[in-house]
Amino acid sequence: MPRDLSIKKVLVIGSGPIVIGQAAEFDYAGTQACRSLKEEGVEVVLVNSNPATIMTDKDIADEVYIEPLTVEVLKKIILKEKPDSVLPTLGGQAGLNLGMELDECGFLEENGVRLIGTTAETIFRAEDRQGFKDAMEKIHEPVAASLVVHNIEDGIKFTNTIGYPVVLRPAYTLGGSGGGIAHNEEELVEILTNGLRLSRVHEVLVERCIAGWKEIEYEVMRDAAGNCITVCNMENIDPVGVHTGDSIVVAPSQTLGDKEYQMLRSSALNIISELGITGGCNVQYALHPDTFEYCVIEVNPRVSRSSALASKATGYPIAKVAAKIALGYTLDEIKNAITGKTYASFEPMLDYCVVKIPRLPFDKFITAKRTLTTQMKATGEVMSICNNFEGALMKAIRSLEQHVDSLMSYGFNEYSDAELEAALDVVDDRRIYLIAECLRRGMSYEHIHERTMIDIWFIDKIAILVEMEQKLQNEELTVETLKEAKRLEFPDTVIAKLTGKSVEEVKKMRYDNGIVAAFKMVDTCAAEFAAETPYYYSVFGSVNEAEQTKDKKKILVLGSGPIRIGQGIEFDYCSVHSTWAFAKEGYETIIVNNNPETVSTDFDIADKLYFEPLTDEDVESIVDIEKPDGAVVQFGGQTAIKLTEALKRMGVPILGTKAEDVDAAEDRELFDKILEETKIPRASGGTVYTAEEAKEVANRIGYPVLVRPSYVLGGQGMQIAFNDDEIEEFIGIINQIAQDHPILVDKYLQGKEIEVDAVCDGTDILIPGIMEHIERTGVHSGDSISVYPAHTIGDDIKAKIADYTARLAKALHVKGMINIQFIVMDGEVYVIEVNPRSSRTVPYISKVTGIPIVDLATKVIIGSTIRELGYEPGLQPEADYIAIKMPVFSFEKLRGAEISMGPEMKSTGECLGIGKTFNEALYKAFLGAGVNVTKYKQMIMTVADKDKPEAVGVAKRFADLGYKIYATRSTAKYLQEHGIDALWVNKISQESPNVMDLILGHKIDLVIDIPTTGHGDKSRDGFLIRRNAIETGVYCITAMDTANALATALETQLDNITLIDIAKVDNR
Amino acid sequence: MKAFLILEDGTVFEGTSIGSTREVISEIVFNTSMTGYLEVLTDPSYAGQAVCMTYPLIGNYGITPDMESARSWVDGYIVRELSRIPSNFRCEGTIQDFLKEQDVPGIAGIDTRALTKILRDKGTMNGMITTNENYNLDEIIPRLKEYTVGDVVSKVTCQEKSVIKANECKSVYPEGQGMMGATASAGGNIKPENRGKNYKVALMDFGAKGNIASSLSQRGCEVTIFPAHASAEEILAMNPDGIMLSNGPGDPETNVDIIEEIKKLYASDVPIFAICLGHQLMAIANGCPTHKLKYGHRGGNHPVKDLATGRVYISSQNHGYVVDTDKLDPSVAVPAFVNVNDGTNEGLKYVGKNIFTVQFHPEACPGPLDSGYLFDRFINMMGGEN
Repeated sequence: MPRDLSIKKVLVIGSGPIVIGQAAEFDYAGTQACRSLKEEGVEVVLVNSNPATIMTDKDIADEVYIEPLTVEVLKKIILKEKPDSVLPTLGGQAGLNLGMELDECGFLEENGVRLIGTTAETIFRAEDRQGFKDAMEKIHEPVAASLVVHNIEDGIKFTNTIGYPVVLRPAYTLGGSGGGIAHNEEELVEILTNGLRLSRVHEVLVERCIAGWKEIEYEVMRDAAGNCITVCNMENIDPVGVHTGDSIVVAPSQTLGDKEYQMLRSSALNIISELGITGGCNVQYALHPDTFEYCVIEVNPRVSRSSALASKATGYPIAKVAAKIALGYTLDEIKNAITGKTYASFEPMLDYCVVKIPRLPFDKFITAKRTLTTQMKATGEVMSICNNFEGALMKAIRSLEQHVDSLMSYGFNEYSDAELEAALDVVDDRRIYLIAECLRRGMSYEHIHERTMIDIWFIDKIAILVEMEQKLQNEELTVETLKEAKRLEFPDTVIAKLTGKSVEEVKKMRYDNGIVAAFKMVDTCAAEFAAETPYYYSVFGSVNEAEQTKDKKKILVLGSGPIRIGQGIEFDYCSVHSTWAFAKEGYETIIVNNNPETVSTDFDIADKLYFEPLTDEDVESIVDIEKPDGAVVQFGGQTAIKLTEALKRMGVPILGTKAEDVDAAEDRELFDKILEETKIPRASGGTVYTAEEAKEVANRIGYPVLVRPSYVLGGQGMQIAFNDDEIEEFIGIINQIAQDHPILVDKYLQGKEIEVDAVCDGTDILIPGIMEHIERTGVHSGDSISVYPAHTIGDDIKAKIADYTARLAKALHVKGMINIQFIVMDGEVYVIEVNPRSSRTVPYISKVTGIPIVDLATKVIIGSTIRELGYEPGLQPEADYIAIKMPVFSFEKLRGAEISMGPEMKSTGECLGIGKTFNEALYKAFLGAGVNVTKYKQMIMTVADKDKPEAVGVAKRFADLGYKIYATRSTAKYLQEHGIDALWVNKISQESPNVMDLILGHKIDLVIDIPTTGHGDKSRDGFLIRRNAIETGVYCITAMDTANALATALETQLDNITLIDIAKVDNR
Repeated sequence: MKAFLILEDGTVFEGTSIGSTREVISEIVFNTSMTGYLEVLTDPSYAGQAVCMTYPLIGNYGITPDMESARSWVDGYIVRELSRIPSNFRCEGTIQDFLKEQDVPGIAGIDTRALTKILRDKGTMNGMITTNENYNLDEIIPRLKEYTVGDVVSKVTCQEKSVIKANECKSVYPEGQGMMGATASAGGNIKPENRGKNYKVALMDFGAKGNIASSLSQRGCEVTIFPAHASAEEILAMNPDGIMLSNGPGDPETNVDIIEEIKKLYASDVPIFAICLGHQLMAIANGCPTHKLKYGHRGGNHPVKDLATGRVYISSQNHGYVVDTDKLDPSVAVPAFVNVNDGTNEGLKYVGKNIFTVQFHPEACPGPLDSGYLFDRFINMMGGEN
């Protein structure tokens, strides 16, 4: 069927802020699909509240709205832009839900707009629990015995008929949030209560527990003519019970025979056909390990995290093909872009093995429960490719950047046998390391399998790695052993550690004996056809396929690895834009990255893609083959920066700011010298290595002080210390995360925080705009609400900031990007920190100013000047609107995580509010972040003594807005004394009804809990209040400035919201 | 023990010996299936060939009861890595032991992707697997060039006629689970009036995969399996409701006698369904020749388009030769299926006849079950539908 020519203008719905369960994969899918639509001459209107995405660039769509993803906003955009179609299947669950709501309310029909990609009926039958169950029953596809319940009583009644344990799955939630496994009635009531509240339709599925079965997924494509294919299947190493997003996944399946493989494949095709899906779809199965019995777990009628993984694992561009199908094409009409010869109507065949490991945030949230359940906790993931499973696993482990490069990690060697045995009951992210230790102690495969239900095939693979460790440790290193260790992807560092040799010795022995990495191509067809797209992975002991191109100047762009808190999608945005800019300038571009969710690892972004770990050794293997003319590290976050030294040793020139200057910005003494030279003030402080030294500095400059490690991103380990004891504690924590660099101790200044991103060409500097944080210093910049243009500082201060920025950029010899954070206090401007690299705010400021900063920085790096690029140096004219970046958190997914804000970053994503006035922008920012506090108009306030005077103003604003304010004794008393009608409620430790009953009673919208100190009190009460608030879906604020901002947003009455097409922005 | 794979172009791969250590010369082909190594090993169509599996991890689920014939037929077996242990609830042994028991020489630990690229670029070629470290290329290469697959149909076909009763074969899958009917075993597309008819099918065994007879038996047919050299008269004497021509190995043009018998079957007006070699032989019997493809189609991911409906199915394939439709007389037969990748013929419908033939494998094993509905169609043909 040829393309449907009546489709001329399509509204694509994005997925909104990055949260756990909905991450960069939708930017990847959306970007690929938008490019695919534009390729067909379709005008693309894009809406997404997330400014950090590539899909919201004017290069990707024709009209771009960075607006809150609500039905009302979408209606306005549709009325303004008049698209003929809406494509809702690229924006994850958020996009799908919005598409459904637009359809259900009749708006689309009234306005002659249709849903393409998939119909509302299909979405309903795949997503609605009962609708899905009915559809599966109709075609005899088994699902686990289950019942949709809307209340606790029905849940208990049904469970009593099928027996414990049961799995609980709330309908229409992200990443299975609010779900879990209940083993008894108490757990059932707890999880069900939470799940019913989180579900958009107050529905929870109570289901027979099939935990321990194999979890298998199929990615399926279908066109409107009914042709369907499977792109690939995947096997979770962690059996059913762990969310697939938190499981280690291997593709293709390893322990399924052809009979099982084809049985589930046929089932997947039958399901996609019955549901009538056109486009991509993901089907998840539980397969009994000892029979052919299976159950369909769920179906996602859209692109998903798994489809992103499947695309990267096979080379088959699912989102691109899905977009073409939405336009009416059939699979046999769509060319396979990888081979350029075959068509999309075939099934990829892999001649390698792919392993995905989730990136979990427990290094950030040390108090959070590490247990993995059906509720996803990972913020991102890494993927690796090798021609053996062991090698793929080893590569994935080191790609995680968690200071782990082998299975000998997490200290399990110190466990007693009894402790190991007990630990086998714990399902967490350290399980493979635990199994490795069990194998070292001689535990049998069968026993480990019985305890974990992990297939013995995988256990044997771990055993092979353990045996190699022992061989390296106990025997003389022969060339044969070295070859085998490299085939299994043991890095030189681990071989060195085990053999007692130096890394250099191991490396020399390798090179002397020709044991070097070879690169193989991902070609979708197991070499059956010649492929055109150079997408490579490394193996040892094979013939190299990577062509050594020489025609053009070659640039190596280092990506940013897995998405984690502090280093998110923003850096992928920068890497991709830099790559595009280099390509425009005639360079051959090479990307190295290991994150399957991102745009940068799409097959046609760079000239060549190496899907590899970002370690010194892995990058060196690529450099050996490619011999690039230069590398650029300033766009890939800390991951890329960390490779600077190694690249220099390999003789690869670092383009842009020199490594020494990057060091100068991080090194306390060097930087102090620069500040002295440039006469720029900063908070006093010092560099220390021990707690003793830190206490000495702190007492000299006076508490409170900011304590932080150097060379980290997202303020990892950063804390505000108020006394010696806290210094002890924080330094202890910092030293746990393997600190090679010194620790910085600075006087904590509480003022306005200002942030600037700029481009410097060595002479001139271009500052697109100045951003001001709503929260005072002490809250990490990534967690602060950020306002552009800065709204409370005067022109004199702005001029001073521009001047300081220029001076610092020059003093540091910056060529390319620089990011600086300042404090403005009492009319003076202090520097907090300088990062001579791209930052988290780059995509945001690029979009709201219309200045393509990364593109400019890249051109500057290769020799252009700002003037040559058509820009007048200095601070650029301000926009006539306000754009506010709002952080978004995923605390509800992380049981036990401390939520109070401080110097260490905790947000997972962001959204943008843009408006004609500050108030409108703020209103939209809160709306975009999904903050909804107006249901009951009841709130709780608990405030530390020092903040009580300020709390009065906040309380008054909320009281005037009609809120009933509950407070514990001292806060209530203080508020009453100051004329606020606050209600006294008992503390948790006191008798019921107390503050906890109030929260659990589901009648509270908002908790304002300002902890005693800047870093969050550790008192049980405060922590419990905050956690329980979060887990019952109550919005929780821990900074006074945020509370005031929310009040402002609530006070804002909007008759009509402004829509700003970002693609048309030009302030010049 | 070391083993070597020597190709006729002089390329040598060094690896580890698996299975038998005896030396073998054969035609080297590659198969891209990611599962189903046992079905490949026991597919008689591989007689005279050594198979390289492009998927690197083989033997993961051991030896299961999924053999397509009573023994392995491949001349040699080439893999990247054999799993050290098998893991599957139906596992009855390891692939290592199986290769030894079946006396299959093999080589592991070689760069199978590099080998595949050579075969793709230069075309299928002959090779030797040997454990002799002192091989002499000057002596070996002329021998490799001389090798031909030869008359392998006679080698693989059954010696005696046998009967498989209706419903004697059972699907491995649990009843009532999923819509297996529409695809593999239960016959979801059989017309109600054609059900329970116990049609008598004569299956000509040119090296038939077990699942052809099984698919028919599961659909209620009584299947009489005839040796390849049975005469048309003998077959027609049983008064079959339908004739099934099976898959099989080798160059179709060499089966001169069989082709003569097929001409008689064509003339008989008994409904005929043919797969792979059977499809090629029927074409040759009707004056349409075959030619050898550069490196064949072997795997489970080949898209074939049903020209009557425009629908594309993913098929299991294993063939080195293809019907040359350029030389097809359109008054005799018309293309019914075409390969979406390279446009080669995948099936023919004979004009004015109740004869339908396909190049791919609706019996799957290994591979997708998508085209299992063709067995239903055959049954409907026997019920009188044209």
